[in-house]
Amino acid sequence: MKKLDIQKIRSDFPILSRKVNGNKLVYLDNAATTQKPNSVIDSISNFYKTSNSNVHRGVHTLSIESTENYEFAREKIAKLINSPSPETVIWTRNTSESINLVAFTWGEKNIMSGDNIVITPMEHHSNIVPWQQIAKKKNAEIRYLPMSNDGKIEFNNIGKIIDSKTKIVALTHVSNVLGTINPAKKIIDIAHDKNAVVLLDAAQSVPHMPVDVSDLDVDFLTFSLHKMMGPTGIGILYGRKQLLDEMPPYMFGGDMILEVSYEKDAKWNSLPYKFEAGTPNFADAIASGVAVDYLNQIGIDNIWQHEKLITEYAMSKMLSLKKIHILGSPDFKDRGGVISFYHEDIHPHDLGTALDQRGIAIRTGHHCAMPLVRSYDIVAAARISFYVYNTIDEVDAFLYSLEQIEGYFTK
Amino acid sequence: MISQMGGLDGLDDLYEAIILDHYHNPRNKKFIDNPDFDEEINNPFCGDELRIQAKFNDDKLEGISVSGRGCAISQASASLLAEYVEGKNVKEILNAVNIVRNMLKGEEISEKDRENIQDIDALSGVQKFPIRIKCALLGWTGFYDLINANLRSS
Repeated sequence: MKKLDIQKIRSDFPILSRKVNGNKLVYLDNAATTQKPNSVIDSISNFYKTSNSNVHRGVHTLSIESTENYEFAREKIAKLINSPSPETVIWTRNTSESINLVAFTWGEKNIMSGDNIVITPMEHHSNIVPWQQIAKKKNAEIRYLPMSNDGKIEFNNIGKIIDSKTKIVALTHVSNVLGTINPAKKIIDIAHDKNAVVLLDAAQSVPHMPVDVSDLDVDFLTFSLHKMMGPTGIGILYGRKQLLDEMPPYMFGGDMILEVSYEKDAKWNSLPYKFEAGTPNFADAIASGVAVDYLNQIGIDNIWQHEKLITEYAMSKMLSLKKIHILGSPDFKDRGGVISFYHEDIHPHDLGTALDQRGIAIRTGHHCAMPLVRSYDIVAAARISFYVYNTIDEVDAFLYSLEQIEGYFTK
Repeated sequence: MISQMGGLDGLDDLYEAIILDHYHNPRNKKFIDNPDFDEEINNPFCGDELRIQAKFNDDKLEGISVSGRGCAISQASASLLAEYVEGKNVKEILNAVNIVRNMLKGEEISEKDRENIQDIDALSGVQKFPIRIKCALLGWTGFYDLINANLRSS
């Protein structure tokens, strides 16, 4: 691992030098969305200034350039996750849309009455609700993998849950609340043994650690570019080619057709265009490629090592605070750079408002995982989450403020 | 170096002494017997919860219990509500809810209204923290809706 020059990295992010309520911004809400480097911001503005044109349409220079850059960005994403080919990488709006696409095309076609769908108790709402809807429609059952109190999937009896009626196992790679890193490969192997397919919600893993779809042998992988320095409005669905080929389209219209006539059914375009109806968000897709370039320049593994360092430091300090309770495993080795916690006497929203007075941005609430947060018998939690530009000094600023706030509310 | 060394004085507008007192020592929390209604309200955005029991004698609120879990603002505001409304008639209660609503929206409150709502005036600082207004209103608008749903229909 090379030693990262974090100050140099920080200087690429203009927002990190702004002040909030008179203090230097300390941005610890990276699991919600990350900040953007100059190269990504410039890419969007330069595209509109110099190259704007619709893709896959015209024969003129601008359209050709735009199409090339758009497809080149797709190749960069494919390479990042080691997809066998770019055609199995589909642009969506976000992770939620990617999961909905699978639930309502693959699920619609393959899930039948009496089948079951296996998820975990630590899923984001976006990996619960689409499955509940398709299960209701198809009279299928939703099953949950058992989870220990410190947020780990339990493997005893897993063969009774993932069984011959299981059509799909949909699980998060890294929990956005507990920080748990799930043993994806192990679960994928178990599911494949039962002929079930696996969807891995990688929204909290691809931005932070090396993820290789070929090595994992995963069937579907979903993530969002705005959580990895890219613009909002761009999500990814990776799918195994054979599955994608057999799936019906999700939306209908321009670009996803091969042939349309007034009388007969249209013929669908090939992958990936079959799933990309209408003018796509090419400006942001191209900027997403630039975000991937930026991540590669630092090195995904270096990012991961840095986050582990920060997480270990924050965890070790927070575990010694009497009134703070951390959700999930107390062992930082099991976790990504997400720490959810609550204070015995201070509600997360009061904590969030107070930290904001110090310019410290954290997330408070149910983190789009209402049933999980409730299972800890609390109504809300506070969460800090890191990225490569966060520093030990920022963690210290957070801890120092936490102490001050405790004094304020218990005086 | 840590830059976050400033005080927390900015918080005093939001967390007035009266608010913190009501948060730490909520009023009228004890459950009451044979309430006319006993319902739970919540803010799904943040998970704050309140259980409100009320007993009326004709038009007059004879007993009220408010309990719950949530942030200092939602719980203190609900406690201020519980303290204020007890013994008042429906018209006075609904009027107070409207004053609190208008005050939190940042509208001008008459001197008479301000006197009328007494300690609840402590909530006026919440308007400087727009994201927290819904916390302060949870109990007030919830109680307003409960009165309308339970008393007007019978």
